[in-house]
Amino acid sequence: MGLMDKHGLLERNSLLLTVGILIVVSIGGIIQMAPLMYMDNTIEKVDGMRPYTPLELLGRDIYVREGCYVCHSQMIRPLRDEVERYGHYSLAAESMYDHPFQWGSKRTGPDLARVGGKYSAEWQVDHLKDPRSLVPESVMPPYAFLARKSLDIRQVEDRLRTERIVGVPYTDGMIENAKGHLLAQADPNERGYDYVDDLVAEYGEAAGRENSFEMRDFDGDPQRITEMDALVAYLQMTGTLVDFSTYEAEDLGNRR
Amino acid sequence: MSKEDKPVDEHSGIETTGHSWDGISELNNPLPRWWLIVWYISIGIAVIYMILMPAIPALPGLGTNTPGIRNASDRDNVAVAMAELNVERSVSSNALLGASLEEIQTDRDLQQFALAMGESLFGDNCATCHGAGGRGAKGYPVLADDVWLWDGTLDGIETTLRHGIRHEGDDATRFSAMPRFGRDKLLTSQQIDDLTEYVLNFSGRSDDTEAVNRAAPLWSVQCSSCHGENGMGDRTLGAPNLTDTDWLYGGQRDDIYSTIYNARNSHMPAWGDRLDDASIKALAVYVHSLGGGE
Repeated sequence: MGLMDKHGLLERNSLLLTVGILIVVSIGGIIQMAPLMYMDNTIEKVDGMRPYTPLELLGRDIYVREGCYVCHSQMIRPLRDEVERYGHYSLAAESMYDHPFQWGSKRTGPDLARVGGKYSAEWQVDHLKDPRSLVPESVMPPYAFLARKSLDIRQVEDRLRTERIVGVPYTDGMIENAKGHLLAQADPNERGYDYVDDLVAEYGEAAGRENSFEMRDFDGDPQRITEMDALVAYLQMTGTLVDFSTYEAEDLGNRR
Repeated sequence: MSKEDKPVDEHSGIETTGHSWDGISELNNPLPRWWLIVWYISIGIAVIYMILMPAIPALPGLGTNTPGIRNASDRDNVAVAMAELNVERSVSSNALLGASLEEIQTDRDLQQFALAMGESLFGDNCATCHGAGGRGAKGYPVLADDVWLWDGTLDGIETTLRHGIRHEGDDATRFSAMPRFGRDKLLTSQQIDDLTEYVLNFSGRSDDTEAVNRAAPLWSVQCSSCHGENGMGDRTLGAPNLTDTDWLYGGQRDDIYSTIYNARNSHMPAWGDRLDDASIKALAVYVHSLGGGE
């Protein structure tokens, strides 16, 4: 019991004790985190995920800014009733370009992980402007001001560059033409006309398929690109990227 | 320090920790026995759990965590639960799939099942736009009346549900596009004013005969191909009847002006990919039953 008898040394020396505590506590952390760096099933094998288009990314920023995650989760758990109501359970891969992810932990409103395409864009706009005009029992606050506020796109290139620093694979072309791509998605017939082909090519290649996003005026006001345009573009995309026809739940890497 | 050397408190007879601060020392009572037993049991349960369930993360080179001898997976569990649910439902839903919509409507048992299923599906998927019970809202058609833009028959409703209206990416979707007469500068605002009077005149609400007369040739050229010479509409194009009192986007002068100026081409998503065939059939029967089915 030679070593055990030496605990008096730790107890009498606060610096040694601190070091000892740090070592013991970090063992738990290392065991939890280190395997994530090399485990096969940390990385899910899915087709179709692509970085968000500039318009979607800015819309997502509005989603975060307005605190949508406080009432809406984006996480369909692998439980029967959730899969019944919301669709296929969420995959880790679907949050791979989320910084930060929007899983949320509270469902005052419904889960939004797969709301993309469930309703029309017009409905999303009407509902955001005045939720109770469409769903009388709703307790959601109105966000009509989003339709009046022009989207600030001045720093969109930097916004994409920041995402690239944390690992989102935006190409140089995507960053360089971010403004053009944004205009192309929100106003493909006029202001963004010259960039439509480039937008389709860049993000089509990233997703491995075409038509992974809509190009249109989203908020019913084609004259301006508003925050409503961006938010609805983001909402209409949520949960639609992964190609479930090629997803293999039985794959060892996809087991959870 | 060995056990024999541990000082014992004279007053209580319990050994102390041996530390002394300004002459005050601390009793070294043993941990309560019940607490120790619970603790050891917890450790035992943890070991059993690690053997049964996925627990130990991968060591480098192993690729994945230990599966545990039960090989449990939340994703497998939900797949099994969904399969069980489908089996449970298959009796009734197969009956729905095997019967035509008319048969479902006439067979009492099938109809009851379809209506119950349709009601819950409607609440989850449709009521957000069309309102509870299909009461509708401005821009979202009432389903509980006998006014139909496209088709109010059972088969027509099923087609609309399956393929949507103006739904991109579905080739069989119901499609028509009203031109944006004002915004795209096809007509002047004076002409749109006149046409507004012309439309109001269908329901006898215009006093401006001059404007109506001015608009008549415009109507023939621009509007009648879809809405008909008499404004009765055309269901194959989803063009509404303008002579009645039902207005999807409002029937006041301003509303009609705005409709001609901006056009209304609303979108209903296609549900064929989201819902299975039995659900679509149940919904068709349910919507048909809301009050206006043809």
